[in-house]
This record gives sequence, structure tokens and C-alpha cells, in this order.
Amino acid sequence: MEYGFTTAAYVVSAVLFILSLGGLSGQESAKRAVWYGITGMALAVAATLIGPGSGLWFLSMIMIACGGYIGYQLATKVQMTQMPELVAAMHSLVGLAAVFVGFIAHFEIDNVLVVLYVKGEELESLGTFGQLIAKKTAVEISILRVELFLGIFIGAITFTGSIIAYSKLAGKVDSAATKLPGGHMLNAAAAAVSLITLIWYFNTGGFFPLFLMTLAALFIGYHLIMGIGGADMPVVVSMLNSYSGWAAAAIGFSLGNDLMIVVGALVGSSGAILSYIMCKAMNRSFVSVILGGFGGPAGEQMAVEGEQVAIEAEGVATALNEAESVVIIPGYGMAVAQAQSGVAELVRKLRAQGKYVRFAIHPVAGRLPGHMNVLLAEAKVPYDIVMEMDEINDDFPETDVAIVIGSNDIVNPAAQDDPNSPIAGMPVLECWKAKQVFVSKRGQGTGYSGIENPLFFKENTRMFYGDAKASLDKLLPMID
Amino acid sequence: MKIGTPKEMFEGERRVAMTPESAAQMQKLGHDCLIETGAGAEAGFSDADYTAAGVEIAKTAAALWKAADVVAKVRAPDETEVKRLRDGQTLISFINPAANDKLLKSAAKKGSTVVAMDMVPRISRAQKMDALSSMANIAGYRAVIEAGNNFGRFFTGQITAAGKVPPAKVLVVGAGVAGLAAVGTSTSLGAITYAFDVRPEVAEQIESMGAEFVFLDFEEEQADGAATGGYAAVSSPEFREAQLAKFRELAPEIDIVITTALIPNRDAPELWTEDMVGAMKQGSIIVDLAAEKGGNCKLTVMDEKIVTENGVTIIGYTDFPSRMAAQASTLYSTNIRHMMTDLTPEKDGVIDHNMEDDVIRGATVTHAKAITFPPPPPKIAAIAAAPKKEAVPEPTAEEKRAAEVAAFKAQTRNQVTLLAVGGAVLLAVGLVAPASFMQHFIVFVLAVFIGFQVIWGVAHSLHTPLMAVTNAISSIIILGALMQIGSGSFLVILLAALGVFMTGINIFGGFLVTRRMLAMFQKS
Repeated sequence: MEYGFTTAAYVVSAVLFILSLGGLSGQESAKRAVWYGITGMALAVAATLIGPGSGLWFLSMIMIACGGYIGYQLATKVQMTQMPELVAAMHSLVGLAAVFVGFIAHFEIDNVLVVLYVKGEELESLGTFGQLIAKKTAVEISILRVELFLGIFIGAITFTGSIIAYSKLAGKVDSAATKLPGGHMLNAAAAAVSLITLIWYFNTGGFFPLFLMTLAALFIGYHLIMGIGGADMPVVVSMLNSYSGWAAAAIGFSLGNDLMIVVGALVGSSGAILSYIMCKAMNRSFVSVILGGFGGPAGEQMAVEGEQVAIEAEGVATALNEAESVVIIPGYGMAVAQAQSGVAELVRKLRAQGKYVRFAIHPVAGRLPGHMNVLLAEAKVPYDIVMEMDEINDDFPETDVAIVIGSNDIVNPAAQDDPNSPIAGMPVLECWKAKQVFVSKRGQGTGYSGIENPLFFKENTRMFYGDAKASLDKLLPMID
Repeated sequence: MKIGTPKEMFEGERRVAMTPESAAQMQKLGHDCLIETGAGAEAGFSDADYTAAGVEIAKTAAALWKAADVVAKVRAPDETEVKRLRDGQTLISFINPAANDKLLKSAAKKGSTVVAMDMVPRISRAQKMDALSSMANIAGYRAVIEAGNNFGRFFTGQITAAGKVPPAKVLVVGAGVAGLAAVGTSTSLGAITYAFDVRPEVAEQIESMGAEFVFLDFEEEQADGAATGGYAAVSSPEFREAQLAKFRELAPEIDIVITTALIPNRDAPELWTEDMVGAMKQGSIIVDLAAEKGGNCKLTVMDEKIVTENGVTIIGYTDFPSRMAAQASTLYSTNIRHMMTDLTPEKDGVIDHNMEDDVIRGATVTHAKAITFPPPPPKIAAIAAAPKKEAVPEPTAEEKRAAEVAAFKAQTRNQVTLLAVGGAVLLAVGLVAPASFMQHFIVFVLAVFIGFQVIWGVAHSLHTPLMAVTNAISSIIILGALMQIGSGSFLVILLAALGVFMTGINIFGGFLVTRRMLAMFQKS
């Protein structure tokens, strides 16, 4: 039984999905694009329910409704600062679902083989997928096994990896890079086990090797992400995003479903590109991020000269009242202190005075790609004054005041000046070229990379110590 | 130490080397200050002002010279004053040491130290005591004011009920400190201002002041300004010709010409010839700031204002700073005060004449019974004027084209290699894999390809919504669960139901949160 209608619906959904991703190129078109995505998904699900998935459709509807209710609750209640956690948690669900679907496919294959060769019953008693399998040759079934094996493998890594990423982002697990004794040897061993079980499974088709591999993959996901520190999370989250896509594509192969393949490939490549962009913004190779932590310095680092000069709110207010142009550089510290609405208020006041105020966003600011943009948007900062690094870096020499709020490594001049610095060559926001720089920071500690930031010691830099939100609350009444 | 300032002896000199303000600052360095009675009167500072600032008043010049350890003044000392110099005394003033050999000799013989304010090297650190620049700045400003005073029209163009007034056209020749000050004053008065200088690197400075740089159509390697201490050097005859031709072309249109071209230790170059004066309109003005050195215009008479036969006024005053005595005294006394700060590093009132210091060494012309002029070249190169942009000159059209072609070739090579490798891999897969697999594989490869093309276009600021959306649509796995939920054992149904449930959370959560985020992005 062929479902021409289902295939047609799949084609339409695939196009809609592509449009929904393409629409994200601009803020206005994005608002339309998300509807394309929703329509595409609704169409795909409806077509499947009517067509090949019509068995037990009532149960399916109930499950979708239950899931939908929880999803709705999550989506409406989540705070924008928790976006990274939410995204990571949702990745884990995709991973787990991929594992389940992979297992189901495995049972189906067994079932079909039993039906065909042992019982010799008619094909009609099998489900849609079963009928598909029944037509396949032995080679094709072997390929099928490899595909679902891969799907489960990637899905399992995504599952535990995302859970760890979620725990780290939510602060439930220490965000520092920690490894079990043995380090990457353990990962390598687990990968080797997976490879052996693949060969084993390929030859026998038994459940046990599949199960063993799942355990190994779960371990890899857990251990790999445990070894990666908090500030590398943008890369990790986009990498997991990519994995969830590849898992979907692999499952799509094994189920022979083109829509799943298309969507999986889209999501996979999207996540891969995001990871690439993030790595590039940190000037680190993907491998070094995955292997975790910063390498030791390549040589003697430049000594930092001068001293950190503190300033009180009055001084900052005076400078801001006199400034013509202001650039604000937010970082993860702003998100932690929930200071985005204070920042937005400050910007509103400054703009009301006719000052030229803009934001400079480094690609890896925050814990998720684009995290800062979302936070600022939530605080009702218009997006057209929020600039990317490349757009604004040349403007710093003409800027009167640059305010750094809770960011550190992304404004570290050592990346340009000191070839021996661990972050040498990383593109940074050149805020020190502004006439005056204020750094809002909790204390004198170093950033994630653990290196001293010469910016804080520059002559035109003043340190505005204290929690970002408290500092802004002190500052705001003084701006007139 | 006691710092004393006598009344200037030079006829018509109205400036004074110490103001009540600078005296207060010097007292903070631990020095005592002394001034001859009436020394500041012409610049608008009364004896009472000085007394209020804690300055002692000396009745006569002789008494002052006797009491002071350091004498600060404006003009180089005349013969009487030189006689009053004594052993161990320091004199700070303009000296013009190149032309004052006699003064140097007698000062050295007496054992007094002479610091020439006009010899302060032109390095960034010494800018605060660069009295030549601060005086030149005043001269440039005043030159425009004098011109305006003698010019019968507005500077700025106006359209009034009584008719249209064209704006004045001002040409400033030589864009040193004085020239730039003149450019600034003239543009802020509203005149259309042109400026010329033999050093092309100052074009940017001129344009930044709102004037138009007069470009010469002339190809010649210009001497680097930094090599001559930031001053212009003598130019070649061909260059001079091109320059004069340009001026000749401009002369009939220009209302006011301000010439400031000076070359160190030489007569001023003739830049505004008689025929150019002849070509100018009646009522035009020439202010020649180089009058002291013979003038950039040969018709200039030093210290006088003349009117030519065709009605062009030529102003040859040399005392522009003195004409603004209050301003000039304030700036000059500040320069002196900075010099004293450098001479008293410990701020304890004890002068440490450190001949190792570039600035002090450069300005000192006699010290410890020896003439120390001319000084050795400073260790730091003077004003880094355009460090020879020879490597970067605009690539020629052919070079650009070649670079483009090379880049294009490299890109092509890259793409072709990638395509070849990709194609080979595909073929290899196709050789072993069955056709049913290849059908899906093609879909997969194309989808990856589309994904890469589409995602590069996504705005950076929308990366979080992108992740949420891809998250939602990666729940397409729900199809796999839906397809299987109806078949097989209880275990299958359970797993499939759980899968549907989880992906359901994801689909709704992902899309809704994306919508929420996108709704927040607002344009201002």
C-alpha cells in the first residue's frame, strides 16, 4: 500500500521547513518563518496519522496532547536567561526519542524476520514499516542495521550530553571541566567498544550488542560534556543541536522516511555551522573545544603593568552624562545578575538625552549562540542598536564611553597583543580604543580562560565593582 | 628657588612670562615667585593680582635680577639684561640661539644656564612647553582677525532681504600650527577656506578642520617632515614652479591670503609674487606671518600695513602674540610653568638640571660655563608625520585584477577539489550500497547542501531562535514513533508512546518559545 498523499504532504513540509530556517535571516521575516515551521510540522504529523501511522492514532493523539501541554507550560514560563538550559533539555528529549525509535526499529526487524522465515505468515499482518522491511534483501537489511545502530549511538550521546549540559547551565553540576581518572582514554575505550559492538551487531543482529553500545554511548555523552567548561557551552549546545539532527537523519534512513532525512540533515548542518561560527569566534579548533579546557600557555606571557583603578557610581554617571556616544558590551555576567532590564533602562535614559548608544555583541558572549540578543530583546532594547562584533569594532576609537558588563575574555586585549596568551588570535571587541572604559565586574578574578585581562589595567579603564544589577540600580538615578 | 620675572624691555612687547595663576602653580613646586612692579600691567595683570597670588613685588629690574635664582621672561635679554646675569643663575626665555652668538658666549662665560623656550624639541612629551606652538596658534588666530578688521565684507555668506552676500574666500599657505589655527578660525567665521602645504601628509589635518586642501598636480617624493623636526624642508625648483602656477590660478578669486611659510634658519620663501598681488581684487587682504624673515610676499613691509596701488592691503605685523597679550601671557606662562615642573622633578623647590633628559638638553643653550648649542638630535624622532606610505599605495588596476583572478582561481581550485572528493566518495558508496539506499542518500546529501546554504544567511542575533526552531523540527522523529506505534508488541507500543510524548513536548515547547523570543525583537 502506497501513500501518495503522505509523500506529497512530506514534500510540502520539507519545503516549509527550509523556508522557516531561511526566514531567520532577518528579524521581521523570522516572525513569519516560525509559522512556516509550525505549519510544516502540523502537516507532517497529520499526514502520518492519517496515512502510515493510523494504528492506535487515538493513543498518539493523547500522547501528543500531553506532551504539547507540558511543552506549552515550559515555553511560557521559562525566563529568557534560562534559554540555554531549556534548549539543552529539549535536545536531550530528541536524543532519547531517537534511541527509542531506533530500538523499536530493531524489534520490528526481528519481528519481520520471525514472521517471514519462521511462521511463514502473510505480509498483511505486519505494520507499514514491517512491510517495507519484508521487501528488502539481506544486504539492505544489514545497511538498515548500521543506520539504526548509528541513530541510537548518536541519540544516546545527545541524550546524556544534553543532560549534563543542562545541569551545568542550570548550575546543578559544577560548570568547571572535570574528568574521571583516565580522561580521554575512557572515551576512546567506549568508542572502541561501540565499534566492536557494531561489527558484532552487523553479523548477528542480536539485541545484546545494541544494548551494550547504548550504554557505551550514554557514557561517552556524559563524560565528554563533563570535561568541557562553562564558557565553551555555546559550542557544546550547538554541537548537540547538530547531533540531534544527525540522529534524526540516521533514523530516517533506517525507516526509509525521506522527510526525516531532510529535516535531520537540515538541523545537523545548522548545528554544525553554528559550532563552526562559535569556534571561529573563540579562535579555537573544534577538536580542542571538545577535548576540553584551555591548553597551557605557549610561552612566557606578557606581564601586566599598571593597576586596577576603582570608580564609584558618581564617576560613571558624570562620564555618561558628558558622553556623546556610548557602547555597551554585555556578557554572561549580565545574564547571571539578571541585569538586562537595568541595562535597557540605562539605554532608554541615555537615548532620551540624544546620545548615540549601541550594544556590541561578541559571537560567544553568554552561554548560547545569540543569547545576549535574546536577553536584550526581552528587555525591549530595539534590535537595530544591537551590533555584531564586525559591525562595531572599527567605531571604538570614536566612542566616548564603553561599558563592559559582565564580560571578560571577549574584551581581552592580550588576544591581540600577546602571542603567548592562551587566547592569542581570538577576535575580541576592541573596547580599549574608546576614550573611556568602565568595567562592571563582581571582583578582581580572572575570566573563564583563567588569564589576566590587561584591559582592567589600562589607563583609560575604570573598574566599577559590584553585582551588575546593584551597580546599575545605583547608577540609574544619577543619569539625568 | 626664587623665580623672578622682569618687565619686558623690548619696545611694544606687552606679554609677561608669569601670571598670578602660573605663580600659584609654581609655588606648589616649592618655589618662591618674584615679579617686577608693573610687569603684567600691559597684559592685564595688576601688582595687586600678583600679591594676592603670593608673589613678591620687586621695585626695580636690578633688584629682581639680583634676587632671582631663575629669571623667566619672554623676549631674549638685551645688553643691559645680559650684564645683570650672574653665575649659577638660570634664564628661561625665547633666545633664537642661532642668531644670538654673542649672548650665548657671554652667558657661558658668566656661568649662567640659559634655557631657550624656542629650542624645546618637538616631541609629544614636550608639547606642554612648546612655546613656539602656543605663540604660533595665537598668531594664526590673530592673523584672521586682523585680516577681517581690514576686510570690507563678511566672512560668511548670507542671503538677506537687502541682497545676497557671497562668502569670503581665504587661502592659508603653510599648514603649521599657525596655519592650522588660521584655518580653524577662518572656517568657524564662515569663510570658504583653502589651505596649502608642501607636506602632503597634513592634508588630512587641514580637511579635519573643515578647509579644502589645495592639491598640486605634481609627482615628487616629498621630504619626510619627521626628518626635519616636523618643519617643512626646502623644495625643488620644479615643485616651486608648480606651486606658484597653482597660486597664480587661485589669486583672482581669493579675498584673503594668509601666508605662514617658514623654513628653519632661512629667509622666508617667496610664495606670493608681485604679479599675484596684482591679479587680486581690490580690497583683498594679505597677512604675511613670515614678515620677520623677509616675508612670503616681497611687497611686505615688516611691522607695517601697506596698501598697494590696486588696493590690496598687505599686513606685515610681527607682534601678533603681543597684540593679544593676556591670552599670550597665559599660554606662555603655562609653558614656562611646565618647564619648571620638569626642572623640579621632586617638587621640593630644588632645580635638577638633568642634561640627560631629551627635552631639557634640547632647550638648554648654555650650561656649566659651556655653550651647549646646537643640541644633539633627540633620541626620539620628532612628530611622526606619515611614516612613508610607500608599501600601501593604491594597487594599480592590473594588480587588482591579478589579485582578483588569483583569488578566483584559488576559490575555483578549492571548490573543484571539494566537489571531486565529494563525488568520489559518493561514487564509492554507490558501488557497494544498494539502489534503495542511494535514493535516500541523494535526498540526504541534497538536504545537507541546502542546510549549509540556508544557515549561513541566518543573522547572528537570531542564533538562539534558530536553535529553538531546529530543536522543534528535529522532533520530526515523532514520525518514526507514530509509524510504529500501531504495530508489534506491548514493548514497542510503550517505547513509541514515550517517544511521541517526548517529541510532543519538544515540538510545542520549541515553536512556542521561538515565537515568544521573536516577538520580543523590536525595532526602535
